[in-house]
Amino acid sequence: MLRIEDLRATIDGREILQGLDLEINAGEVHAIMGPNGAGKSTLSSVLTGRDGYDISGKVTFEDEDLLEMAPEERAAKGIFLAFQYPVEIPGVGNMYFLRTAVNAVRRERGEPEVDAVTFLGSVKQHMAELDMDPGMLSRSVNDGFSGGEKKRNEVLQMAMLQPKLAILDETDSGLDIDALRLVAGGIQRLRSPERSMLIITHYPRLLEYVVPDYVHVLSQGRIIRTGDASLAYELEEEGYRGTEASLSGTGGGASK
Amino acid sequence: MSTVESPTEIDTLEPPASETNADSEGQGNEEIREFIERDYQYGFVSDLDQEILPKGLNEDVVRFISAKKDEPEWLLEWRLNAFRHFMTMTEPHWQNVSFPKIDYQDISYWAGPKKKGPAPKSLDEIDPKTREMFDKLGISLAEQERLSGVAVDAIVDSVSVATTFKTKLAEAGVVFCSFSEAVRTHPELVRQYLGTVVPPRDNFFAALNSAVFSDGSFVFVPEGVRCPMELSTYFRMNAAETGQFERTLIIAEKGATVSYLEGCTAPMRDENQLHAAVVELIALDDANIKYSTVQNWYPGDENGVGGIYNFVTKRGKCAGHRSKISWTQVETGSAITWKYPSVVLQGDDSVGEFYSVAVTTHYQQADTGTKMVHIGKNTSSTIVSKGISAGKAQQTYRGQVKMMRSATGSRNHTQCDSLLIGSDCGAHTFPYIEVKNDSSEVEHEASTSKISDDQLFYCRQRGMNEEDATSMIVNGFCRDVFDELPMEFAVEAQALMRVSLEGSVG
Repeated sequence: MLRIEDLRATIDGREILQGLDLEINAGEVHAIMGPNGAGKSTLSSVLTGRDGYDISGKVTFEDEDLLEMAPEERAAKGIFLAFQYPVEIPGVGNMYFLRTAVNAVRRERGEPEVDAVTFLGSVKQHMAELDMDPGMLSRSVNDGFSGGEKKRNEVLQMAMLQPKLAILDETDSGLDIDALRLVAGGIQRLRSPERSMLIITHYPRLLEYVVPDYVHVLSQGRIIRTGDASLAYELEEEGYRGTEASLSGTGGGASK
Repeated sequence: MSTVESPTEIDTLEPPASETNADSEGQGNEEIREFIERDYQYGFVSDLDQEILPKGLNEDVVRFISAKKDEPEWLLEWRLNAFRHFMTMTEPHWQNVSFPKIDYQDISYWAGPKKKGPAPKSLDEIDPKTREMFDKLGISLAEQERLSGVAVDAIVDSVSVATTFKTKLAEAGVVFCSFSEAVRTHPELVRQYLGTVVPPRDNFFAALNSAVFSDGSFVFVPEGVRCPMELSTYFRMNAAETGQFERTLIIAEKGATVSYLEGCTAPMRDENQLHAAVVELIALDDANIKYSTVQNWYPGDENGVGGIYNFVTKRGKCAGHRSKISWTQVETGSAITWKYPSVVLQGDDSVGEFYSVAVTTHYQQADTGTKMVHIGKNTSSTIVSKGISAGKAQQTYRGQVKMMRSATGSRNHTQCDSLLIGSDCGAHTFPYIEVKNDSSEVEHEASTSKISDDQLFYCRQRGMNEEDATSMIVNGFCRDVFDELPMEFAVEAQALMRVSLEGSVG
């Protein structure tokens, strides 16, 4: 589904991604862990098309050149990013935003717009599952939302947009235990053989609920180690420094 | 005697968009011919084909206009007094806009209902660019035909709608007609109220308007009557050519309520560069006037060539206790906009409101805002101003809040937000606050922001293209004001914002 080869990204003269390789197949959940500054968020930005990076290398999504596409085209292809810092848009109703997003993606795919009743039914169901107050629909997008509310709102959007590839950038950070459980439940429910996920996180706790097929360690812009879910706990014990030390020099390889 | 030069004393300009030149045809050539002949008779026009008074401004011109309209002697005197005073004044230049000097002798002050070439037979003959704009604004086909002056049934339709409309208003006792008609049918009301809110000597452009005003709207809602429908310039009879010096007078008697809509979202073209309108509102005890404007006059091209100078004086007087006047405006057009719809809060417990969205792109300039003058006790006013600048546009909010000694226990809240798109535009804020008693409260909040890359990227990651995203963010920014618009306007206003900002991103 997603194939990344020798991806390099430079911003302000600093090379953040330094030859990253990764392949994700349909239905797989990959976790990326790594120390601050390793390039985790840059990876999510580059994959979704944020401006400002000089990029080389090759990224294909379902055999199409992803790097050529505008952000909205990538969204229409089914790539979704749950933002680490969801953005506030004052005056724009959350419900309106959500519906516009869903219809924009549908239109781009040549599908008819979703009717209001079906839409509302679906939103309410997902909100209930995430224990979100329906009143949040009429509030402005992320405006005045607590940290937990913002993250749940991201997962709600993901549930409504039904992406093929979901990139979750530190969706677990800043959540208390209850909120983490709800958010993790929302993510887990979306797992399916057609949907892939790339979960960026610092901590294994989210991975207890959403057990990944692969865990990668990202350090200095490259994947330096890949393992199964147990790697996350190993890292928790040893820290990244230990991993880096024991593996320095061996590079790369992603799954399959 | 001199022009009042202080910005705090001035109140200025904008011409209400009235009908476009659409339906002058309907009146028939008969009337036009009659006009032309009369012109000739007065000796002002030498060429039979010409329907425009030669350029120039003098007492004879004022007399000519008044005679054209069969006005009573007192009104002619009123115009002449205004004219004589105007001649002693100088054009004000305190405003934060720049334009080449206007030669007031180089303007024609009277134009008959003119025929603008043969009427198009169908919409296919209309400029494709104009049609594209209509479509983007979601204007219906019938409406498009009307606006473009297509000679078909659509015009008949709108006349019949207007007739039904008029009957219903007459039953309620509401007078809604052109200003000229009101001078004939309700001279006592016109005489009683004309110039009581904006005196002819108020400012340079108000004086000019008072001398040479062409036509406009007149509304009178009698005591205790709630006007049964929104009054729109769109349905006004005899609306054909109101010209560049429009005059509007709205009176709500005790306990009366009226909502008036001016303009439309369709692009308004006009050959006259200078527009100087005057609007006066009077609310007696417990009366309520809501005045909503959508202004979309030609703003000039991308290089700042051409476009309307929109210099308007709009003011309302809450003359009665517990009365309320509310201005809501969406301003996207004109090369230069210079207007400060204001409220004089004279009655105790009266309420004044000003909700404004102003958009400037390319080389447009706007110096706009409001004045709230509190005189009565426990009066309150609210100002919400949203300014959006893009391209190389410059926009200024200028607002005055004045609490007189007598206005004890009064309050004002002002919120003034500017949104910048791109890095070559500017936003400026000049609040003037004057409080002369110690029991009043005045609050002023201001913010300036840019559409952030983060916001745009967030929307695009959710599948919206850059233009949709910008339009959504801007509409969100304006929401407090759009919520105040009557339903008819609110939806159109959003579409208008989008069209206005087209191409200003990226």
